[in-house]
This record gives sequence, C-alpha cells and structure tokens, in this order.
Amino acid sequence: MDTTKHVQVGSAQAEAHAAHAAETPVLSALFRDDDDLMAAVKAARAKGYTIAEAYTPFPVHGLDKAMGLKETRIAIAAFMYGALGLSTAIAITYYMMIVDWPQNIGGKPSFTWALNMPAFVPILFELTVFFAAHLMVWTFFVRNGLYPGGKAQNPDPRTTDDHFLLEVEIKGDRAPLEALMKQNGAIELH
Amino acid sequence: MFQFSDKAKRFSWILIGIGLIALVFNFVSFGGAHGEEATHATEAHSDHGATPDAQAGDQAGHDAHAAQAGHGSPEAHGEAGHAVEGHGDEGHHASFAHNKPWSRLLVATFFFVAIALGALFFLAIQYAAQAGWSVVVLRIMEAMASFLPIPLAVMLLLIVLGVVNVHHIWHWMAPGISDPSNPHYDAIIAGKTPYLNAPFFIGRAVIYAIGWILAARWLRSASLKADAGTAEDGTRIWKKARQVSAGFLVFFAVTSSTMAWDWIMSIDTHWFSTLFGWYTFAGMFVSAVTVITMIAIYLKMNGYLPELNQNHLHDLGKFMFAFSIFWTYLWFSQYMLIWYANIPEEVTYYMVRFREYKAPMLTFLVLNFLAPLLVLMSRDSKRNMYFVMVAGTIILLGHFLDHFVMIMPGSVGTEWSFGLIDLGLVALYAGVFIQVVFRQLAKAPLVPAHHPMLTESKLHHI
Repeated sequence: MDTTKHVQVGSAQAEAHAAHAAETPVLSALFRDDDDLMAAVKAARAKGYTIAEAYTPFPVHGLDKAMGLKETRIAIAAFMYGALGLSTAIAITYYMMIVDWPQNIGGKPSFTWALNMPAFVPILFELTVFFAAHLMVWTFFVRNGLYPGGKAQNPDPRTTDDHFLLEVEIKGDRAPLEALMKQNGAIELH
Repeated sequence: MFQFSDKAKRFSWILIGIGLIALVFNFVSFGGAHGEEATHATEAHSDHGATPDAQAGDQAGHDAHAAQAGHGSPEAHGEAGHAVEGHGDEGHHASFAHNKPWSRLLVATFFFVAIALGALFFLAIQYAAQAGWSVVVLRIMEAMASFLPIPLAVMLLLIVLGVVNVHHIWHWMAPGISDPSNPHYDAIIAGKTPYLNAPFFIGRAVIYAIGWILAARWLRSASLKADAGTAEDGTRIWKKARQVSAGFLVFFAVTSSTMAWDWIMSIDTHWFSTLFGWYTFAGMFVSAVTVITMIAIYLKMNGYLPELNQNHLHDLGKFMFAFSIFWTYLWFSQYMLIWYANIPEEVTYYMVRFREYKAPMLTFLVLNFLAPLLVLMSRDSKRNMYFVMVAGTIILLGHFLDHFVMIMPGSVGTEWSFGLIDLGLVALYAGVFIQVVFRQLAKAPLVPAHHPMLTESKLHHI
C-alpha cells in the first residue's frame, strides 16, 4: 500500500474516531508483531495507563486479560437462551403432539407428554442448541454494533492485514507514553 | 519426586482391609437362594425395586428371563434360563442367587479395567494427536495404565470359572445349550457359537490382555528411558511412541468394542446392540478422565506438580463434562431407538431394567448426566479443585451404577441388591489401585523431563 493513500484513509478514519473518543485523547500506536503489542499493553498498564482499544487482524491469545477487560457474560446469556430454547421445545411438542393433534405413532402413548418424552428428546436438544447458538451470535452483533449499514470502527485498514493498533488514553504528557510505545516496538504513532 | 505418604498408605490399606472383609462376606453369604436372605438383611441400601414380595419377585424374574430368552412358546419357557439346574422356578432362582457374588466381582473388576484402560487410551491419544498441553499429566496416565494387569487377571479368572461352570454369568456357557439333542438347546444361542464359544472367548480375552498390557508397558518404559537420556533422545523416543500409540489405537478401536460385546453384552446373550461397544467405551473414558483429574488434584493439593495450573485443570474438567454428555448421547441413542422400535427381541433388555432396576437406572442417569451438566458447566467451577472433586465423585459413583445395571440384570435378574458388599469390592480395588498407581508415580519424576512439548505444557493457558 502506498503511503499517501494510507494517510488519506488514516485521517478520514481518525476524524470519525475523534468524535467517538472526544473525552479522553488517545495515542494510536501501530505494531508489526502481536508479541510487541502484548509487551506494549503490559508495559502501559504497569505504568498506570488505560488501554482504550486494540485492533488486531486475528484474535491475540490472552490480550483481553492483559488489557484488563471485564470477563464476558456471554456464557450466562447462552445458558438462558438454552433454557429458553428448551422451554420453547417443550411447549411446541406439548401443544402439537399432545393437545392439538395427538397421533398414534408406532403405538406410542400420545396422551401424556411425559410418557412420550424420549421421542421428543431430539427436538428438545436441537431447539436448545439452536436458540443458544443463534441468540448468542445476535447478542454478539448487537453488543458490538455490527448491523447492516453500520460504520466500520477500524481506524486503520492495515489492522485487517498484518498490523496491530493500540489506543492508549493519554494521561498528562504525551511524550513519555510515545517513548514507552517506541520502546516496545511501535512503528508508527498517531 | 512424589512420595507415597504414610497417610495415603494407611488409607489404602484400610480400603483393602474393608474390601477383603466385603470379599469374604460376598462369598460366604451365598449358598443357594436361602443364604441370600442374610445378605439382604445386612445391607443398608438393599432395594428390591417394586417387588418386595418374594413371590411376586420370583414371578417377575421368571417372566423377565423368559422374555429375555426370547422363546415364543410358553412350553419352551424354563429351558434356556437355567440349563444346569433345569427344574422350573426353583432352579432359576438358585442360579441367579448363585451368580450373585461372581457378578458383583465382575462389576467391580470391569469398572477398574475400564478406568485403567481408559487412561491407557487417553495416553495413546496424547501421543497420536501430538498433544502438548497434557505433558504434565502424562505420568498419571502411565501409572494408571500400569494397574491394568490386576483387574485383567481377575477378569480372566472369572472367564475361566465361567467356562468350567462355577458360575453362569455368561448364559451361553451353559452346557448343552447349543446341542440340538440336548433338552436345553437354544437355537438363537446355537447360532452365535462361531463367535461365542469357550476357546475363542478365552483366546480373545488373552489377546486383549496381552495387547493392552504390552502397550502400557512399552509407553511407560519409553517415557522413563527418555528421562534418562538427552533432549534428542526425548524427541526420538516421542516419535517412536507416536507410532506405537497409533498402532495401539487401531488395536484398541477393535478390542474396546469386542471386549464390551464379550464381557458384558454376551451376558444378555439373545440381545444385541450395535453401538454397545461405543457406549461402554464412553463410560470407560469418562471414568478414566475423572480419575486422572482427581489424582492430578490430589497431587496438586499435596504440593506436587507445580507445573499443573488451572488451565490444565480446566481442560481436564472440559473432558469430564464433554464425555459425560457423550456418554448420555450414546446411552440415549441406544435407548431411544430400542424404545421407539419396540421389537420384542430388543426391548426386553430395557423392560427388565425398567421393571427391576428402576432405582439404580434413574439414579445413574441423574448422576452421569444432570449432575456433571449442572456442576461442571461454568468455567469457574471447572477451575475450582473442590468443585471438580465433587463432580468427579458423582461421576464415578454414577458410572459404577451404570456398569452394575449393565451386568446384573442378565446374570442375577431379580436377585439383586446394592449395598455395602458392592461398595466394599470397589474399596478393595481402590485400595490396590492406590497402592499400585502411587508406587508407580513415586518411581519417577512427575513430569517427563525430555518430552519435546514440555515447555508448551508448562506455558499452557486458555
């Protein structure tokens, strides 16, 4: 990618980003290596800086811990979605197969749900999984603002290829933070 | 280096002592149907299902067995069930009661074969899959696999005693059952004699035992050899171990199924299930992983294995959780198809179990499925040693009951009870198991020094 083009893109995105982070100014540091990124995150946190955001082309193992992010609550949500799916499946099978249209299938008892339950287990299982999986994905999208027509929040397109970008909230003087990032292998600072 | 503490030694000797008493009681208390009454009285948790009345129990047993034998005509009734005694209900009852101490021993023996063999399987998987995370727990698997010869020896003894008609756990071993001129002739069993005959049965058991024990010994000695050599030796031996493990896994894939058919499924000789081998394997594997985890936690709690961190524990907990679900999946797959199809020759298997073994069956479904599902689902509980210990105890109890319900209905029918003697036999094996496994663990460092992926394992985090 040629440099001028990059600057244009970079500045356009930076404007969009500036509005977002109006309260606290951030320093954006670009890295070429995920190990450098991790080292910079740890060093910055050790010095008392707050990491605003990190953009990486692939999931970096342990980065969430190093950044001090809160633990995800998606597991709790998943459990509740699964329970919802299970309840839905019970309601569906009960209404369809017992109340509305009982059928004699292979001589199986069709007048009580409990006695016919083994036949419904595949449905109970599938709907539990279906609800948990799909609602988890939608929850993830909503929480991250990923919806049709949503604007990309990525400040630099190179982070979708082979660069890593770290946004550190600037506390007091900008110079020591810049030095710290440089020390840990930052190749560009914005 | 791990040291087999005096406390643990004392504990295991106490277990062995309790177990020996149980073993004596197990064999002394039998002596025909009437001797059994004493056993019932001494057992705290004796549960006869829905038929406390002896008469009713007897009748149900008769029906169940006749149904199991699959004879269409009522006059053929009594024949297959008790080829040796062969005189109506009385003999039937006596045969079941007579089998009982041996069946109890078989349940405990098979349970411990399963634990040791499952550990060997998991060990081989680690090599074959080039797994790095598990290096710090490999020695536990090696030590557990070295326990294999003991329950296998008892297993072979039980088989030989069956062949010489000391007991009739395996119904097809009854004399004359595949001889058309014999009054006890059973056409269905006769049709299975090419596979189910004494020489082939013993031969298979010997082949399984040799194959498994050789693999266990080879992997153990290779691992110790690598410790003595250099880092290059470690890598070279690891490559070799990978090939041996792959070979063993092929052997295991076949023998784990045939072993389940031979030793358990052939008890209900008329019945068969095509996924029985996998179902048995699932129970075996989850029991073994649970014991591996519990030993790892024991070591950790006693200050050993500093390399073992919460992430290893989390992964082992995931295996316990996942394979509890896998076991349930197979149990249910077998159950639902048979229940739904409702073919007489298949469904008798579950009719006996639901009629006579309802309490243990429903209990193990809760213990093996619901309990691990709820206890081990969250990430935090898998990382908590106490939670995992509690879940492990539940899983082991549940799978013991599962083996109980696999073996007992076909061999003792209505004559079952579950109580101190059953648990005592488990204690006996557990005591010997602790002795063997901990002595093996104490022989070498708990972490293989020259395993090529040791560093990866130490740095493991998820």
